[in-house]
Amino acid sequence: MEVLLLLILLPPLAGAVLNGIFGRRFPQAVVSAVACTAPGLSLFFALLTAWTFAHLPTEPAPYVHSYFTWIEAGAFRADFALYYDRLTLVMTVAVTLVSFLIHLYSRGYMEQEGGYYRFFAYLNLFLFMMLTLVTAANYPLMFVGWEGVGLCSYLLIGFYFPRKSASDAGKKAFIVTRIGDVGFTLGVVLLFWTFGSVDFQYVFTRLEALPPGDLQGSLTAVGILLFLGAVGKSAQLPLYVWLPDAMEGPTPVSALIHAATMVTAGVYMVARSHALYAHAPLALEIVAVTGCVTAFFAATIALAQNDLKRLLAYSTISQLGYMFVGCGVGLFSAGNFHLMTHAFFKSLLFLAAGSVMHALSGELDLRKMGGLRHQMRTTWLTFLVATLAISGVPGLSGFFSKDAILAGAREGPLGDPRLYWLATVTAGLTAFYMFRALFMAFHGASRVQPALEPHVHESGGKMTRPLLVLAFFSVVAGYVSLPKALGGGEWFHHYLQPVFASSQALLSSTAAPAAGHAPSRLAVMGTSVLFAGAGFLLAYLGYVKFTGLPSRLTECFRGTYQLLVNKYYVDEVYDWLIVRPLRRGSEIFLWRIVDAGAIDGLLVNGSAQATASAGNLLRRMQSGNLRSYATWVLLGAVLWLGYILLR
Amino acid sequence: MFGSYLPILVHFVVVVVVAGAIMGLSAWVGVKRPSREKLSPYECGITPVGDARGRFSISFYLVGMLFILFDVEIAFLFPWAVVYRSLGWFGFIEMFLYIVILLAGYLYIWKKGALDWTR
Amino acid sequence: MITVQADDLVRILPQAILAGFAILVMVFEPFLPAARKTLLGWFSLFGVVAAGAATIRTSFSPGLAFGNSISADRFSLFFICLFLLVAALTLLGSFHSLERENINHGEFYALLLMATVGMCFMAASTELIMIFLGLEISSLATYVLAGFKRQDALSNEASLKYFLLGSFATAFFLYGIAVVYGLTGTTNLLVLSAQLGRSGEFRPGAVFAWVALLLMFVGLAFKVSTVPFHVWTPDVYQGAPAPVTAFLSVGPKAAAFAVLLRIFLGAFASAGSGVFWVFWASAILTMCLGNLAALLQSNVKRLLAYSAIAHAGYVLVGIAAGRGEGTAPVLFYLTVYALMNVGAFLLVAHLAGTGERWTRIEDFTGLGYQRPAVAACLAAFMLSLAGFPTTAGFFAKFYIFRAAVHSGLIGLTIVAVLTSVVSVYYYFRLIVVMYMREGKAEAASASLPWALRVALAISVVGIFYLGLYPTDFLLLTNLAAVPLP
Repeated sequence: MEVLLLLILLPPLAGAVLNGIFGRRFPQAVVSAVACTAPGLSLFFALLTAWTFAHLPTEPAPYVHSYFTWIEAGAFRADFALYYDRLTLVMTVAVTLVSFLIHLYSRGYMEQEGGYYRFFAYLNLFLFMMLTLVTAANYPLMFVGWEGVGLCSYLLIGFYFPRKSASDAGKKAFIVTRIGDVGFTLGVVLLFWTFGSVDFQYVFTRLEALPPGDLQGSLTAVGILLFLGAVGKSAQLPLYVWLPDAMEGPTPVSALIHAATMVTAGVYMVARSHALYAHAPLALEIVAVTGCVTAFFAATIALAQNDLKRLLAYSTISQLGYMFVGCGVGLFSAGNFHLMTHAFFKSLLFLAAGSVMHALSGELDLRKMGGLRHQMRTTWLTFLVATLAISGVPGLSGFFSKDAILAGAREGPLGDPRLYWLATVTAGLTAFYMFRALFMAFHGASRVQPALEPHVHESGGKMTRPLLVLAFFSVVAGYVSLPKALGGGEWFHHYLQPVFASSQALLSSTAAPAAGHAPSRLAVMGTSVLFAGAGFLLAYLGYVKFTGLPSRLTECFRGTYQLLVNKYYVDEVYDWLIVRPLRRGSEIFLWRIVDAGAIDGLLVNGSAQATASAGNLLRRMQSGNLRSYATWVLLGAVLWLGYILLR
Repeated sequence: MFGSYLPILVHFVVVVVVAGAIMGLSAWVGVKRPSREKLSPYECGITPVGDARGRFSISFYLVGMLFILFDVEIAFLFPWAVVYRSLGWFGFIEMFLYIVILLAGYLYIWKKGALDWTR
Repeated sequence: MITVQADDLVRILPQAILAGFAILVMVFEPFLPAARKTLLGWFSLFGVVAAGAATIRTSFSPGLAFGNSISADRFSLFFICLFLLVAALTLLGSFHSLERENINHGEFYALLLMATVGMCFMAASTELIMIFLGLEISSLATYVLAGFKRQDALSNEASLKYFLLGSFATAFFLYGIAVVYGLTGTTNLLVLSAQLGRSGEFRPGAVFAWVALLLMFVGLAFKVSTVPFHVWTPDVYQGAPAPVTAFLSVGPKAAAFAVLLRIFLGAFASAGSGVFWVFWASAILTMCLGNLAALLQSNVKRLLAYSAIAHAGYVLVGIAAGRGEGTAPVLFYLTVYALMNVGAFLLVAHLAGTGERWTRIEDFTGLGYQRPAVAACLAAFMLSLAGFPTTAGFFAKFYIFRAAVHSGLIGLTIVAVLTSVVSVYYYFRLIVVMYMREGKAEAASASLPWALRVALAISVVGIFYLGLYPTDFLLLTNLAAVPLP
């Protein structure tokens, strides 16, 4: 078992090292063979591990193995140890499966691009870091994976580094998520302070034995700080700004890192720390509310986006919000269920978008597409499947997982009608913008630029085959947890039950029962389908039947439309509220910059400029004049002496 | 706490007053009849030529510094000579090492040519 | 009556051996033809190794020597080993670049050894006068070393600035010693600490005692370049020949920290909160200024100079954390800092080419593609300086911050963490330039001489070893931190 666990991790690392060092000298075929074998092997070993784990006598208790002591300093101890339970099982299988398919797809997609080996080396390295993150048995090791995926994300967003926007986007992602990471680090430090350990097993055991209400303050603080890390990594309000820009990276990267795996790390971390959050209901509520508001907020932005990948990015932010709602109301398994189904259909959406981009020589503007369904049948079909899934059409995976969250928002231990209704409305919005994208891209008359028209073609088998496989999973993945109301056994929910049972029991016992009469499960489903149907209908009317309607509508609601197109001006507001005043203040008063520039200014990319101008002032001190130097020394001495004497 | 230093202060004041008084008095009382001869730096001998701040060869400074260095070395030998008996062999060996080290330095500057006047 | 036992001599054996080799190098120098001066370098390296072997002998007879003025304890031996390591790395890295700059004179090696002797005495002395002598021995040697490129105006300027300001600052230190002597009638730290131990609180002469401590602090703060005594650092580091800078940025700094530890966390540990706030404020100022000013530098040597200032700030955080917590992390930090900074400077010295022409950041454009191994080394140093996990820099910072948190210095820790986040930006700038921009790196010409390779290999391996398995070494630093008087 311990060897198997390591074997999941090692192939991508080996692949990254091989391709990173020798890749330049390999022909493309060898590079892609090495790169695709690695996740394939990982998938194989992940499945084998799952099988072995299922036959362990101790199952479902978590399996922990420590390989060696990594850091030991006084009371602080962190091992290189891996943690395997049913949650890890689900994550490893989902991550390796999706990334295997995306690696296969990338072979075709990146064929014509420079830096082929570099791309695959980063991609493999990313997979290794992601797997480290999900199998780590303590917070520091998790943090290594956490930072590692961040680094790979930075490298891959900036993959087309000659383009300034790409390297800027990379920097933005790095800096914005860093703010969250500070929270994460502080959270871990605080946790160590509270329990004297950062080991999952030890901490969780202690937490389970803890009487409810004890250590409320520190646990809430830890929960909020850790969630701050998740906010950065999973692109929630207010730190979501990096994700849309991250679409500058190659499309497979967007699919793998910025839709299916890395951005869900925050959700996984919250779910992994369920025992802690169970003791901190306030922190959980913050998680739920943040998730819900983000889901709604991002969905409204997505309504008016014309860039296909950006639209999908806002959709991702919105769906991540759903997952946090699931975790936040205390139904961790629902959040993880949606995480898994979302990984399939969202990466499918991205890959299909990549296929469209491929056909149109990189065109992403929906207004310059249309009618593609005839030339690109497979892509159209798979995109349709994914759209149906994400909109929550009954029978597809998205329906079941979204429904589980909606039901949780209503009936869950921390459920609240307000959360439920906001999430339901968001479901309607989701259906609208997804169908809008579908119709604009694949239906109606062609608006493709005449020069490109003859080149429009279906992508090769290397790219379409993974699409088909993902489409298959997008349909069937939902059936692992068929709700009771439809005669299913909620198998997935029950499978993860041993992991989350204690926390859920605690939450249900402490939380006040939801007020009023909860509607039945079928009613929840009906409502969400109703909203989704309305969204679909609106999109159909606006973009297929009466194509003139949307432009007339936008004329009527010009202000609102502009607000949405410009993404609520959040980037501008950040720039105006944080970057500009800092820049101006730096010219007047140095200290405010050092203080505020380091803390708040990092919120945006422009903070670099703010600190830079502070540095400029400091540089004046360095005149090169010996006498002024001596004066500084004397001044310092007098200052310190004065302090001591007047103390 | 400064009481014990009072005599020093008194001494300091007396010195300043006495020295000042002597110089002041001689300047005030003395007869001054300046002439060209009297104002020249040397009243007799060779007539001064050129600037008093003449330029010396750089070697002069080098040799000058080295001279002071080794002069001080010799000066350190005197206190040892005074207590030579009571220090015994230990002192002898210490001084021997000291001189050997300086000798190494001497060897170095000699071979480097620092003592060659014309180079 | 002075008596000298054999043990006394054993306890200064490493220093004696180094001094002996320095003198021999001076004697041999004029007798060697110009082309073969590197032999003297190897000879010096042999001397360093011999001194290293001598420390093993010394460690078997620990204790005080020469009338309680020298202490051969684990603390001083730790520092002596650190200095020897720094000297050895500098020697290995300097052969080639001295030849290239046409300044391969034997005096370089002799001065380097003498500077090391001075530093060793600073770390090993328990007597203020002896510390001062060590300080002067090392300072005088380094003043000359900074100006070793005699034909170069910048180097001369660096030397002169360093000399004038350095003398100015050491005068403060000496004045502090004088006040201490005036107050207590002794300059021996052991006696002083015993006196303080009896009276509990630091009270003799009230205000003057603080003045004395402050004056000594100023003298040492100059050497470790804390704000505002750092003003000389960028100019001198930039002007001095790069191998010298490598040595300067690490050796004298570590030695001065050793003295700071011995005086402020050792003898005067019970001095109370007054000095603590000075360390606290100095740390904040130093971290902020060093990191912010480094953001704008376009010259790599200057950038590293500001980074060196910033790192002094982190060490000060460790000292502010206090005796029980801070000492071992400081020792750890100084070792890691020595490895990564010497490595970085030596590599920059080599890449800069003849006359150190290519020291702008742009000169490293695309280096990652032309010289992958070299760029990887430099990137490793940068990552470690930035404190990235899996490199030693991470644990060095981590232990310091942990000590600070344990001592309740939350505010200070937050500032330290934030400034180290800022620092990532400028360290990564170099990495970005090397790997993410296409271009022909000017600085990529000559291949690495193997002596330099050995030095770099030692640093890189050290960084990753301490970054992956810091535990054993941390235990060692814990042991070395115990015997502070």
